[in-house]
This record gives sequence, structure tokens and C-alpha cells, in this order.
Amino acid sequence: MYRYDQYDHLIVRERIAQYRDQVRRRLADELTEEEFLPLRLQNGLYMQRHAYMLRIAVPYGLLSTAQMRMFAHIARKYDRGYGHFTTRQNIQFNWIELEQTPDILTDLASVEMHAIQTSGNCIRNTTTDEFAGVAADEIVDARPYAEIIRQWSTFHPEFIALPRKFKIAINGAVEDRAAIAVHDIGLTAVRNEAGEVGFKFMVGGGLGRTPILGSVINEFVPWQHLLTYTEAIMRVYNQFGRRDNKYKARIKILVKAVGAEEFARMVEAEFADLKDGPETLTREEVERVAQWFNPKPYLTLPNIDPRAEHADNKAFANWLMRNVKPHKVPGYASVVLSLKKTGVPPGDATAEQMDFVADLADKYSFNELRVTHEQNLVLADVEQSKLFEVWQQAKARGLATPNIGLLTDMISCPGGDYCSLANAKSIPIAAAIAERFDNLDFQHDIGDIELNISGCINACGHHHVGHIGVLGVDKDGAEWYQVSIGGAQGNESAIGKIIGPSFSAPQMPEVIGRLLEVYVKNRVEGERFVDVAQRLGVAPFKEHVYATPIPAGAKVGEDEYA
Amino acid sequence: MPNFELHSHKQIIKHREVVDDDWSVLKLIEDGTPETVEVPAGKIIVPVKVWLAQREQLLGRAARRELGIWFASDELAHTVKDDLDKFAVVAVDFPKFSDGRGYSIAYNLRKRLGYQGELRAIGDVLRDQLFQMLRCGFNAYATRQDRNIHDALKGLTVFSETYQASVDNELPLFRRHQRGALPEHSDIGAGI
Ligand code: HEM
Ligand code: SF4
Repeated sequence: MYRYDQYDHLIVRERIAQYRDQVRRRLADELTEEEFLPLRLQNGLYMQRHAYMLRIAVPYGLLSTAQMRMFAHIARKYDRGYGHFTTRQNIQFNWIELEQTPDILTDLASVEMHAIQTSGNCIRNTTTDEFAGVAADEIVDARPYAEIIRQWSTFHPEFIALPRKFKIAINGAVEDRAAIAVHDIGLTAVRNEAGEVGFKFMVGGGLGRTPILGSVINEFVPWQHLLTYTEAIMRVYNQFGRRDNKYKARIKILVKAVGAEEFARMVEAEFADLKDGPETLTREEVERVAQWFNPKPYLTLPNIDPRAEHADNKAFANWLMRNVKPHKVPGYASVVLSLKKTGVPPGDATAEQMDFVADLADKYSFNELRVTHEQNLVLADVEQSKLFEVWQQAKARGLATPNIGLLTDMISCPGGDYCSLANAKSIPIAAAIAERFDNLDFQHDIGDIELNISGCINACGHHHVGHIGVLGVDKDGAEWYQVSIGGAQGNESAIGKIIGPSFSAPQMPEVIGRLLEVYVKNRVEGERFVDVAQRLGVAPFKEHVYATPIPAGAKVGEDEYA
Repeated sequence: MPNFELHSHKQIIKHREVVDDDWSVLKLIEDGTPETVEVPAGKIIVPVKVWLAQREQLLGRAARRELGIWFASDELAHTVKDDLDKFAVVAVDFPKFSDGRGYSIAYNLRKRLGYQGELRAIGDVLRDQLFQMLRCGFNAYATRQDRNIHDALKGLTVFSETYQASVDNELPLFRRHQRGALPEHSDIGAGI
């Protein structure tokens, strides 16, 4: 993975000095809270319901085992022994003291990490496919380009006070695992007929209050122009994005207002002046960055079937089926460590688990880990012959729940337990649903399904693109949940449709149960829930869910995970 | 009652120094319109709109180097593209520190239109913005008067290296320096 050179170190060090002084001035009241706010946000520090929350950047979700151990250290020393991996491939700590944040940054810098631009109205962490570099269906390894964008966007002087936050995602595989259609800029790294790398630019996607899928504005921008073309987009947005209303300030609103064609024209006009200018990438620079992502020292191994030796071990077989992914190098596989054990908030990991996964990665996966946007962790390079060992060890630590892609592999934002913007809790809803459908045979029968939960319209839990989406809403001061179906991320991205009036928290497990009943009754061979939902539309689901009143059932929503 | 206000700063930062300043910034108020406002005598920085509306009358004062213009954050640099060399000062207003349009205006003035003279940031200008302002081409800063201007000076020297090209650096880091020295730590995180 990328390693800092002296310049990266210098910039991060000077950043800490700057931020340390900003904190000092705030504590001395030389800065008002209003003035401090954008400064701390650009360092990922939020004021939450109970305490400060610090969001640390995990560039494109890739981290070394030393970095993971540092998270464990931060969890122990500055927090309450755990952290929360997010849909943006970052990690958040929820119980942070302002006074300690400069020291946390100093600790992070010792492992080449920081919290720069993890929040605020600037270009955020660029995300990518968690299997970049190893996926069997990969066309271009997106990681060097993500790193190049990271550097270019870090403290970009012109794009530091944009109308709104700005998110870029890159995918370089056949299957889009980076949810590019719901990003401000969604890039697909592709090769043209001559084999040269270029980028398909999609602009104006996003969730939140107004969910919109991005529009393609350029089918092929040669790699040399990656930064200049992006800069052209940013300058158009900075000048013309709305600033009068923060709910209409994202680039998606601008693209929609002027139309994708006109927007593309505006970008071309800017780009004409930038093209071939100094930010044009050189082969030397791309190669310099790319060498850090060179293939690992893989052994020459035959492909084997790890099931063969353990033919009667159903639990292992389930895990292989759900949590192990194909690898482009023979004899290897990628393993998803599930952070979705029933009873644990999605994406949470304890310091002990972090240390443990670091040990696992040291032993089995070239000292590296990855964070997925579904809030799980990945060991990308495991020898197939070691899968059984890895499974046994992960299982002992509660990280081998064979549920990747299944109902209990839910995405959930922190919701009302932590978040001051929430309309409703989401973690207890996730917990109640997980408990009700804990039965793995049932889950395997239901098959691939994405259940995404957000505690408010901001959509941090991606509810719009869940096959089933759950949104917390506030009605007369009480917490309710609105349900949508048919959303999807990836190549066939779609925004879900609301099925009808919202439900109380205790009703939610039964609502999900009824939706699944309609699916099971109507599916034909090989059809996933989302296929049925899109084929039949909302009507049959709506009919069945609302046919008879749903009893309130056991109370969910207690503060047990807060 | 005049239909404008004049704002002046005793001192500003110019070329990395605190200096005395004798300019006033004219802002329209109430029923003031660009066409009717009477620009008072002295060294005045007028809104771009006033310049566009009264160009003929103001040309003489500009020639005596007594006139500047300022851009509101929703105005575009190229609206005055052929006149830029007429002004002793060009200013860009930051109505709020969170409004970043002024950075693009400055970039365009310098990079697209080749403006060489004094480019002054006015409005909600605070220490923590100065470094990025400098990078986008500002060379003068009318910092907020309720803050110590000598403290604000420190905002210009935050970073000694930057990744991107901008107005201050024609070339991005990867073209300025040979990169790729070996990592400082071969054993990152060994200390914890
Ligand atoms: C400190 C708690 C958080 C706060 C205050 C917060 C705030 C927000 C706000 C205000 C938006 C809407 C932005 C807009 O539409 O312009 C948003 C969107 C979003 N946030 Fe968060 N968030 C928090 C935590 C998280 C977490 C934990 C995750 C990941 C698990 C996350 C990921 C996202 C995503 C993916 C979106 C949707 C982006 C889009 O519109 O495309 N946020 N958040
Ligand atoms: S969706 Fe709402 S409740 Fe959930 S983390 Fe985002 S802002 Fe908070």
C-alpha cells in the first residue's frame, strides 16, 4: 500500500501543528465556536449527542496492520474501547475529548494517518472497491488513482469552502462495488481499445434529502487528464452551486437544474483552459504511486477446493459460500470478516477485535486490511489452503458470521444513539431485525438482500439504495420508520420506492417478515428479493404488509447499545 | 442621506507585512443603485456593478490610480476582463468565511485573465483562511478588525509544502520535486 515520503510526512506534521494551535485558540476563547466549527469539521471532529466524535480517514479503505493496531490503541486510550467503521470506509470514535484530539493526530501521524477533510464542505475521502487490486473481475486497479486524488484534494486551496461536502468514488472492475452512482463524482476506470486507461465520469449522484443517480458527462477521459478534468468540475461547482439553501447545495442539484448536457458543456469550457496544463499527470508520477500497489509476492499455487477436506462441515461451507470471494491470482481468495454479528451495532469493532484482525492479516494477508462500504473488514490475499484456519480463528472472535450479502449484513448509521441529527434510533432497529431473523438457514434461503437503515433523511445508512430501505422519521416527537423497496447500488443502481405509511419501532421486524413472505411466494428460480420487488412493483408488498394490523410486539429502542 | 457606506481599515496585510491603508470600500445600501450612487472623492474601491454602470465617468479617476473594484462572491472574474489593468486595487469579498467562491474568482483573475496587481481579500477574512487565499493569488488581506492583525500574519506561514499547483506554485509537487524518498519509518506503529 502507499507509503508516505518526506513531503507527505511534512504536510501531515504541519497540519497537526496548525490544528493544535486552533484547538488552543478555541480553548482560550480566541476563536468563537462558530469560527472553530468549519476548522474542526475539516479535521473530522463533530459534536455529537453526548460527546465529540472523530472521523479518521482510511484512504480508499486500505490500511496496514500497524494502522489497525493504532485504532485499537486510540479506542483504548482515548475512547471506550471500540470504534465504528462507516459506509465511507473510514472509522469513527464516538467518545472523544476536544483537548486530546491533537495528541490523537500525533499518534495517527506515526502510522501515516490523519483526519484531514473527513468532514466539512470540501473533497472527502475518495472511496473505492474493497477488492481493488485483487478482484477476479478487475479491469484497472483504482487504488493508485484514488491515492493521486487524495493528494491532489488534500488542502486544495480553491475547493476548501465548497457549497457542500463532496464525495468521489472510483471503480475499476466489471461489477461496481463502490456505489459510484450515488457520489458527487463517480469514476469508472476503463481501458479503451488500444488498452489505454481512462475514466468514465459520472456526476451529480447523491442520497440525502433528494436522492439522485449520477449522469455520465464523459465516456472516456484519458488518465493524464484525471485531475484537470476533475478540477474543471470542481470550479464549475464552486462558482455555480447553490449556496442559498444547504439542502439544495450539492452538485446533484446543479446538474439537475442545468441538465447533464449543459453541465458537461460548462465543464468542457473550463477544461479547455486546463488541458495539458501543469496538473496533467505524468507517466512517471502514476508509476511512482502505482509501485506501492504492485502485486504482492504471491506464491505459485494451484487452485484448490477448500471444501474437499471438510466436506461434512456445513458451517465452514456456509462461510466459504458467503464470506469468501474469488481472487485474480490462482490459489488465493479474499475473506470478508463480518462485523455484523447479531447483538453488535453494524460496523462496530472492539479494540481486541482490531488487534486480532491485525494479527490475522499479519499472518495470512500480507499485513493489510480493507474496510468495505458495507461496514465489514477484508483480508484480501488469503491462500486457499489457509481458509479453514482463518475461519476457525475468526469464528472464535465472533468475526466469521456467514452472512455477507444476507439479511443480517445490514448497513446502519449510528442513528439516535449517537447522532444529534437523528429523527429516530437505527441501531436497535437493526438489532431487533437481526434477532428475529437470526436463523441462518432462513437467511441463506432468502439469499442476497441488502437492508439499509438510516436514522434520518441525511441517508448515512444509504437507505435509498437498499433492496429494503428503512428511514427513521419523526412524527409529533415520536420515532417512526418509513420503508422502501427496490433500491439497489452497483451497476443497476436504483432508488427505492416507499411502500406506504410508516411503522413504529416494535412493528419493524414483522414488517420485514411480511415483505419477505411476498418475496418467497413470488420468486422464481434464481430471483433475488430486489428482482422481485422491481418486477412486481410496490403493490403486492404493500397489500400484504398493510393487510392486517401489526401488533406492537416487544419493545425495541432501548438504549442498550448506546 | 448617502445611499452608500464606506468601510476602511487602518491597517491591512500586504505582501506579508502589516501596513497602513488609505483605501475605502464602498458598499451600496438601501435605495442605492449602481447607476445613481455618487462615488465620493478619495481612494475608493467600488463594486464591480458600479464600475460597469458608470465606466465612462470613472475612467478618469481610474487613470489617476484612485479607483479600485471589488467583486461580490457571486460575480465572475471575466465581467471586467478588459479593464483589469485600470485599477490600483482589485478586491474580492468574502461575505462569510464559509463562502469559498472568492477563491475561484481570485484564481480566475490571476490564471485566466493574467491580473498582476494588488488582489485584496475583504469581508470575513480570518487568520485560518489566509494560507489558502495566498495560494489562490491574493497578496493583500483586510482582515477582520476585531482580531489582532499581527496574529493573523501567522496564517500565511502554515505549510511549507503543498500538493497541488495553484497561483502561488505553477507546478504541482510531483513536477517541482523528485518524489519517492524512502518512507521515514520502516516499522510504522512499532511504538504502540
Ligand atoms: C456524526 C454523525 C454524522 C453526522 C452528523 C452526519 C451528517 C450527515 C449529513 C448532514 C448528511 C447529508 C448531507 C447532504 O445531503 O448534503 C449526511 C449524509 C451522509 N453521510 Fe453522514 N453523518 C454522520 C455519520 C455518518 C456515518 C456514521 C456514516 C457512515 C456509516 C455517514 C455517511 C454518510 C453518507 C454515505 C451520506 C449520504 C451522502 C449522499 O448524500 O450521497 N455519515 N451525513
Ligand atoms: S442518517 Fe441521520 S441519524 Fe444517521 S448518522 Fe446520518 S445524520 Fe445521523
